[in-house]
Amino acid sequence: MTHTTIGQDSRQGQPDEALLEHGYNFAFLDEQTKRMVRRATLKAIAIPGYQVPFASREMPMPYGWGTGGIQLTASIIGQQDILKVTDQGADDTTNAVSIRSFFQRTTGVSTTENTQEATLIQTRHRIPEETLSKDHILVYQVPIPEPLRWMEPRETETRKMHAHEEYGVMHVKLYEDIAHHGHIATSFDYPVQIADRYIMSPSPIPKFDNPKMDNCPALQVFGAGREQRIYAIPPYTKVHSLDFEDHPFTVQSWEEVCSLCGSDESYLDEIILDNEGNRMFVCSDSDYCRKRLEAGHTGAMSEQQSDTPEVNSVEVANA
Amino acid sequence: MHNIQDVPQPAPADNASPSSVTSVNPEFGSAEEQPLLSVAGLSKYYGDRAGCLNVSFDLYPGEIIGIVGESGSGKSTLLNCISGRLSPTYGTVTYQQQSKERCDIHAAPEHLRRMLMRTEWGYVHQNPRDGLRNNVSAGANIGERLMGVGMRHYGNIRSKASSWLERVEIMQERMDDLPRTFSGGMQQRLQIARNLVSNPRLIFMDEPTGGLDVSVQARLLDLLRELVADMGLAVVIVTHDLAVARILAHRLMVMKGGVVVESGLTDQVLDDPHHEYTQLLVSSILQV
Ligand SMILES: [Zn+2]
Repeated sequence: MTHTTIGQDSRQGQPDEALLEHGYNFAFLDEQTKRMVRRATLKAIAIPGYQVPFASREMPMPYGWGTGGIQLTASIIGQQDILKVTDQGADDTTNAVSIRSFFQRTTGVSTTENTQEATLIQTRHRIPEETLSKDHILVYQVPIPEPLRWMEPRETETRKMHAHEEYGVMHVKLYEDIAHHGHIATSFDYPVQIADRYIMSPSPIPKFDNPKMDNCPALQVFGAGREQRIYAIPPYTKVHSLDFEDHPFTVQSWEEVCSLCGSDESYLDEIILDNEGNRMFVCSDSDYCRKRLEAGHTGAMSEQQSDTPEVNSVEVANA
Repeated sequence: MHNIQDVPQPAPADNASPSSVTSVNPEFGSAEEQPLLSVAGLSKYYGDRAGCLNVSFDLYPGEIIGIVGESGSGKSTLLNCISGRLSPTYGTVTYQQQSKERCDIHAAPEHLRRMLMRTEWGYVHQNPRDGLRNNVSAGANIGERLMGVGMRHYGNIRSKASSWLERVEIMQERMDDLPRTFSGGMQQRLQIARNLVSNPRLIFMDEPTGGLDVSVQARLLDLLRELVADMGLAVVIVTHDLAVARILAHRLMVMKGGVVVESGLTDQVLDDPHHEYTQLLVSSILQV
């Protein structure tokens, strides 16, 4: 496993010859843009949870495809990196496949679906189940970076609220949840406070993943392309999910276990099997599930059928 | 309101144009007591035009001062400067914090000013929509200040909100409803509760009864008078309505063209107005 090195000469990689002929740089972005993104990223790491504005560039894909995450990945990827791109836990959705192939063509780096093998993981909506190490960098795609936006539409005002740590309104939102649902119903993009200071939106990951951010050995960086913001959680940083004393933070849990690998500790997706209302639950993290199957773990579905179902085909049906 | 030219012009009285007002009410401002708020030489210019000019007064704990005048008289500009929402061109506003420390509101760091605004101060807007969070329930509106100062027990926040709803005469069953489902009078009472829940010491009010029906106004005035007396609040209230001023304020400042033309105890000013403009205001009220 190697660390990401910054500012490499594109000649040493093996990006797509045709792209090089057209004058594209290693990882698509020109070196000056990468330096700008890296400066913003370093500032973000220096002020954990603080949203650093950056001059987001047009990317050859629409907003909503993770252009913030892509610019981050493009700016920190090096030839020795092994890239994993995952979308809602799966590596084979259209979004993940496109981004992965984009970087394959523009950098020539190795890619993988294996969390442990990867050095750089770009993700949308999930954190991998396997524990991340200090050799990982996790890049999140972020649609709406401002956690205060729901309560305060004015950007000038939200900046002041962050500056003066005026965060009462975040609990107003949670209060409202409990008043209407009897419990905190927010289950995605659940707000967190970083290092006892900035309130941060963790992007639309399930709150199930929030505890993984806390004291995580990996560097976590967040990019919002349309909103032009970068923020970060440095390794081993305290990440606290907001709550009330009498309504403490809890994560999703399931009565069921994964139908394929039998895991009772992973985030499960519900899959409708037919019109009779039959359903199954499988791990949302397809790499994690596959590894468990390979290690001989079984679930209800894999026991019924003689041959092990293909995990990926199930994920495709889900997507 | 009459045109000023239609009214006979009385001779100017001796006390007609004081630029400085000290507490003339023996109830307030005893020798050992410091003013809660001291306004000194306050002027706000918009280009060459003075929104308000050289206004000075002291406000003591528990005292209610009314600023009256027509629209355009500068009373709103003055209120905005006093309450820290607008920077004056000249002059100072000094506030004595609960900690007894005095601070120059406009020279103080922004975070301190903002902190005072949501803890020791309150601001009641004419239009409750400007002072409420309209996308959250009544309970959340009241609870916001408590959460802002770090209260993290949902049950306690809720019971505080519930008792405040009761104090402002809103049924507790409405606690989880959005403000827009409330009548205008209820919204205004909710705005008041939302301000008072933090036990402030000083409340600014901008035409708090404006836009309400007369019967609703009367009820709100009674409630305000009761709450303010119970809590010993100091109040700066801006109104064009002399009836409101008479019911609530201990002292009045009459403004015209950005200048305080007359000031004194409310009853004195209203029953024996000296300045021609005050006489005009009072007479027009009587004719209603
Ligand atoms: Zn599984």
